[in-house]
Amino acid sequence: MRKAEFVMAVVMGIFSLYLMWKSAELPVGWISGEGPGGGAWPFWLSAIMAICCVMILVNWYRRKSPPSQSDEVFMDRGTTIAVGLVAGSLIVTVALFYVIGVYGALPLFMIFYVRYLGKHSWPVTAVMATVTPVATFFFFDIALKITLPKGLPIVEETVFFPLYKIFL
Amino acid sequence: MADILLHLIQGFAIAFEPLNLLLIILGCTIGLFIGAMPGLGSVNGVAILLPLTFLVPPTGAIIFLAAIYYGAMYGGAISSIMLGIPGASTAVATTFDGRPLAKLGMADKALTAAALASFVGGTISVVLFTFVAPPLAHVALRFGAPEEFSLMMLAFATFVGLGGDDIPKTIFSIAIGLVFAAVGLDIISGEPRLVFGDIPGFMHGINFLVLAIGIYGIGEMLWTVEENYKAGGKSMMSDAVITVQRTISNLKELLSTWKTALMGSFLGYFVGILPAAGATPGSLMAYGIAKQISKEPDKFGKGAVDGVVAPEAANNAASTGSMLPMLTLGIPGSPTTAILLGGMVIWGLEPGPRLFTDHADFVWGLIASLYAANLFAVIINIAFIPAFIWVLKLPFTLLAPIIFVLCIIGGYAPTQDMHDVWLMIAFGIVGYLMRKLDYPLAPAVLAIVLGPLAEPAMRQSLLISGGEFSIFFTRPFSAPIMIAALILLALPLLKPLLRLVNGKKAKA
Repeated sequence: MRKAEFVMAVVMGIFSLYLMWKSAELPVGWISGEGPGGGAWPFWLSAIMAICCVMILVNWYRRKSPPSQSDEVFMDRGTTIAVGLVAGSLIVTVALFYVIGVYGALPLFMIFYVRYLGKHSWPVTAVMATVTPVATFFFFDIALKITLPKGLPIVEETVFFPLYKIFL
Repeated sequence: MADILLHLIQGFAIAFEPLNLLLIILGCTIGLFIGAMPGLGSVNGVAILLPLTFLVPPTGAIIFLAAIYYGAMYGGAISSIMLGIPGASTAVATTFDGRPLAKLGMADKALTAAALASFVGGTISVVLFTFVAPPLAHVALRFGAPEEFSLMMLAFATFVGLGGDDIPKTIFSIAIGLVFAAVGLDIISGEPRLVFGDIPGFMHGINFLVLAIGIYGIGEMLWTVEENYKAGGKSMMSDAVITVQRTISNLKELLSTWKTALMGSFLGYFVGILPAAGATPGSLMAYGIAKQISKEPDKFGKGAVDGVVAPEAANNAASTGSMLPMLTLGIPGSPTTAILLGGMVIWGLEPGPRLFTDHADFVWGLIASLYAANLFAVIINIAFIPAFIWVLKLPFTLLAPIIFVLCIIGGYAPTQDMHDVWLMIAFGIVGYLMRKLDYPLAPAVLAIVLGPLAEPAMRQSLLISGGEFSIFFTRPFSAPIMIAALILLALPLLKPLLRLVNGKKAKA
């Protein structure tokens, strides 16, 4: 926990400095007749962020904040695996949107989560893996007319063009 | 006065339109479910479900979301009592006596008490709201840019002075939210600003929903995954015996708690108005006071009904209280109302006092819907207690993937840009890690919503004054607000000083 507190403050400190540098692409000073420049607001706020990070580090050094006193492991092995699997599966699912589209990726995500993480039976998995994409399709694509990513053009042409003809 | 009543009647006509009525009932039910699920509260529900409201007109959308807010306040008590795990942070104080009552075999009594107290709290606060809001909005009509900016400073200062979290981390959170809000095109010069790595997705800025769903959807769920892993999937469910006869005798007994309910309602309402305070501290304070004024303080913590009534009345009252500054001043009183405010901007309504004159239908429809939402929430709650207990038995591994899917699609829907989906996942993961290190995240969400309003307010003020910051301290409304904000900001610095002075006195 102590190490994590240090690393987070340093990373966020560097990020703050990056934001300051990036804000300075626009004028950060006073432009006569116009008021503060376009970069001033984010520049000074990023400066406040950087100062806060220094204060967090001071508190870390003096062991004032609870995480800096704790000797507990920040993420033990089991937690890392449990959270990592979920976060990883989300990233893979979203990446798959580009290839097989939302409606190809969602059933796979459901099967992975319900069957492998949740250890539910195959019938339960099958229901979840069918109902979720079907409900999503009717709510977003049909009712809201928000077209969700369909992946490669070939997927959309073969699977969805006939469906659009029926429902749209 | 007659004016207000007339508006209210017109509001009821809007709230009782078939579609809106349906949305109230649906919202209350969904809110109750979300509130009852451990870990998820009103803010999560409103953030995750906001994109779904694009289906209905703005008035219907806000009525639906406000009903979720209300329902979740009722629902939070259910898992507090049945599992001993707060259904939402706002229901933490409800576990203190709700859980012991359930263990004594009186879960039904605790659940009924929670529902009725919520109803009392909600109703009293809506009545207060109805009569306070219009005059307040009237005064606020005279506010200009300096006043607006001072008010926003005050909102942020409450997090520093009253939030109770690590001060540097709180300020960091506010600042990062404001900086993220500044990404995109500079509103005055029109030049692109903070376009990281020249990725075109940053040109249209960072939508507040991306941050809100990232933190309150993805981040919260990852947090729950961890909690579930640590608990090993075990939970201790209490039994509840529910019969009509028992319910009637419970109701009779509850009549004696009216004083506590009144106290909780008024306290919760006023605490709820403050942005950093809101329902969680409001309910904890109400619990503390109920214990102090009780004739039998020893019973608290062992199953005192008053210990359930006080926090439940307070958290519902606070949720209404937090809408007061949102509608009249354009400053959200809680993270949930911050998201509602962001939603109003999406729907093309400019938050602030002019809502009362320019969009009276919207405002009064919402206010009237709060009366109705309270009534429906209490009826649905008491009638379907067994159904909500059943929700608690649903395995997390079935609910979690559905919520994740809602988050991802919800993040995509407003802008229809995959860039936002990736950003949301990144915010979720980083937010989860930061939360583990005690970084408060609510200020960041409030800041990203207020940022696009705060920056122009400050720049316009400085333009008026020709660069003099004194403008915030010389105008009659702005000065006291700004001074109050500065006092709150200085409060954490003063505390150690006071302690030092007192310590020296004690030694002398």
